[in-house]
Amino acid sequence: MSIFLDSSSVVIVQGITGSEGSKHTARMLAAGTRVVGGVNARKAGTTVVHGETELPVFGSVAEAIETTGANASIIFVPPVFAKDAMIEAIDAGIELLVVITEGVPVHDSAEAWAYAKAKGNVTRIIGPNCPGIITPGESLLGITPATISGPGPIGLVSKSGTLTYQMMFELRDIGFSTAIGIGGDPIVGTTHIDAIAAFEADPATEAIVMIGEIGGDAEERAAEYIAANVTKPVVAYVAGFTAPEGKTMGHAGAIVSGASGTAIAKKTALEAAGVRVGKTPSEAAALLREAIGR
Amino acid sequence: MDLYEYQARDLFEKYGVPVLAGITATTPDEARAAAEQLGGTTVVKAQVKVGGRGKAGGVKVAKSPDEARAAADAILGMSIKGHQVGTVMIAAGARIAREFYFSVLLDRAQRSYLSLASVEGGMEIEQLAVERPEALARVEIDPLTGITPAKAAAIARAAGFPDELVERAVPVFTALYDVFTGEDATLVEVNPLVLTQEGDILALDGKVSLDENARFRHPEHRVLVDDSAANPLEIAAKAAGLNYVKLDGEVGIIGNGAGLVMSTLDVVAYAGENYGGVTAANFLDIGGGASAEVMAAGLDIILGDAQVRSVFVNVFGGITACDAVATGIVNALEILGESATKPLVVRLDGNNVEEGRRILADANHPLISIATTMDDGADIAARLASKVK
Repeated sequence: MSIFLDSSSVVIVQGITGSEGSKHTARMLAAGTRVVGGVNARKAGTTVVHGETELPVFGSVAEAIETTGANASIIFVPPVFAKDAMIEAIDAGIELLVVITEGVPVHDSAEAWAYAKAKGNVTRIIGPNCPGIITPGESLLGITPATISGPGPIGLVSKSGTLTYQMMFELRDIGFSTAIGIGGDPIVGTTHIDAIAAFEADPATEAIVMIGEIGGDAEERAAEYIAANVTKPVVAYVAGFTAPEGKTMGHAGAIVSGASGTAIAKKTALEAAGVRVGKTPSEAAALLREAIGR
Repeated sequence: MDLYEYQARDLFEKYGVPVLAGITATTPDEARAAAEQLGGTTVVKAQVKVGGRGKAGGVKVAKSPDEARAAADAILGMSIKGHQVGTVMIAAGARIAREFYFSVLLDRAQRSYLSLASVEGGMEIEQLAVERPEALARVEIDPLTGITPAKAAAIARAAGFPDELVERAVPVFTALYDVFTGEDATLVEVNPLVLTQEGDILALDGKVSLDENARFRHPEHRVLVDDSAANPLEIAAKAAGLNYVKLDGEVGIIGNGAGLVMSTLDVVAYAGENYGGVTAANFLDIGGGASAEVMAAGLDIILGDAQVRSVFVNVFGGITACDAVATGIVNALEILGESATKPLVVRLDGNNVEEGRRILADANHPLISIATTMDDGADIAARLASKVK
């Protein structure tokens, strides 16, 4: 078991002919993902070849779904086209949509989310500006290296890509049910709470690691949610304890303004909810080992 | 990107939000001339991107051009919460009857937009939200429909605007929403929004933040960028396309991915507690690529920082292979030649790590030491930068 993504997920790639889309299609295929085709309106009817696999390029997401039965898509198009790509996928009724693209205007993300909501929330959006999702041993819908760790009982949710890799690396001997990078933008399709709720309901997940960072109040809201709804052990790590006020730390959402968004406020809120918080990634990993006795 | 008040005022005017005349000045004489041109009582306001300038003495009423000159003389050069005042705005005076508050911003929790409004404007809104939350109306805005006249009226009523003012507030609220969407803003705030004794509603102050991701459809925003407050190293890094933030410490940091770099700053600061309080000198995310050129450009910026005593390169090879990163470091040191003088601690993990460490070991460069974990690397780098003899 896992959350959102498993070996039965049938995947298309929006932007399959671009350099990033092409590189990561090959990596996803190597990780066992059932990639069945891609979308590029200008190259419809052609194919792309990765090793032994020849994949059709469709003119639209709807056409790709009709022909292949795909239920998941991943977007690699440039920021200018990201909103249209999201709207197209939502219109076609895709169930899972990962948006890797970095630099999407936040109004575009907000409109795409509102659009998905207006269409009845058929489409779960992950991202934008995220590394995507991996269910080790089953499927990869994203850019996370598939070789860091294998399947296991830990559910991981993180705003940051490289911290996802770092934490998977720290706990590689134990393994993961699913690891999901939700992205560092102010508005993202899937939140910490969405992922934590799914991990709580997933029988294969025994414990949850949550990685947060400065900015916004997503971690504080997650803490409230955990206190009220989660029975599995949750361990957290928050990056940015030493970040100064008013400076954006790489992610558009990672900024401390006044008293809000500080790492210490997040740590305090999480600890009050019974979550153990590590000072460093390695300390958080040690706390997780303690929590599940391995 | 936060705008100065006068830039927000100009945007408001462009979208038909009622504002008062305002003229910027960078010298007392310019301020005097501006006050003369505006006539009557004026207000001289420090242009800084922080709140609390009124309390800090950055806003003064002037009854004559000479008073405006004196006020500008006092305010220019003043430091408000660490921000040096280089520009003042001379604004026409208003006879204020009431002060309101209005804003529209991103709502991260709802993945949507939110409008806040109150008939108790003027004070710090964070303070109002804590002390009298019932006085602050919070109205969710659907990004697909926005603030229609009906929605604007609903916001005004929720905030407690008297009936006779609701109709007058509606076009102001919709125009401010047009600024929000038309300019790809993440925040449009007016505090105070005033009712004058003549019965007009005016935006007397304005705070606007723009989304830098939307720059591709707003080439005109480029001129709003103000580097005067930025550090010279930050300006150089930006020109080189690097994601760099100058900090106060001694250990230069290079890493890949914003989260990992932020985490590295923390780990270095914890390790630094053992060495007299050593901390990170900067944030630098070189992203996924980590080519020799990017590594060299990054090292060049960091080594140009006189405060730096050691450098910690912390890379997790995800998509990027560690051997490519190691080659990048070795080549970067070659490119920099004798200008590279400070010790480099390198921690590599992930994709092709063995090969990466071998390349570094074979290079046998006197400045490079290899760390096997992030914690070890932070400890070595902090020790090399130690303040304790």
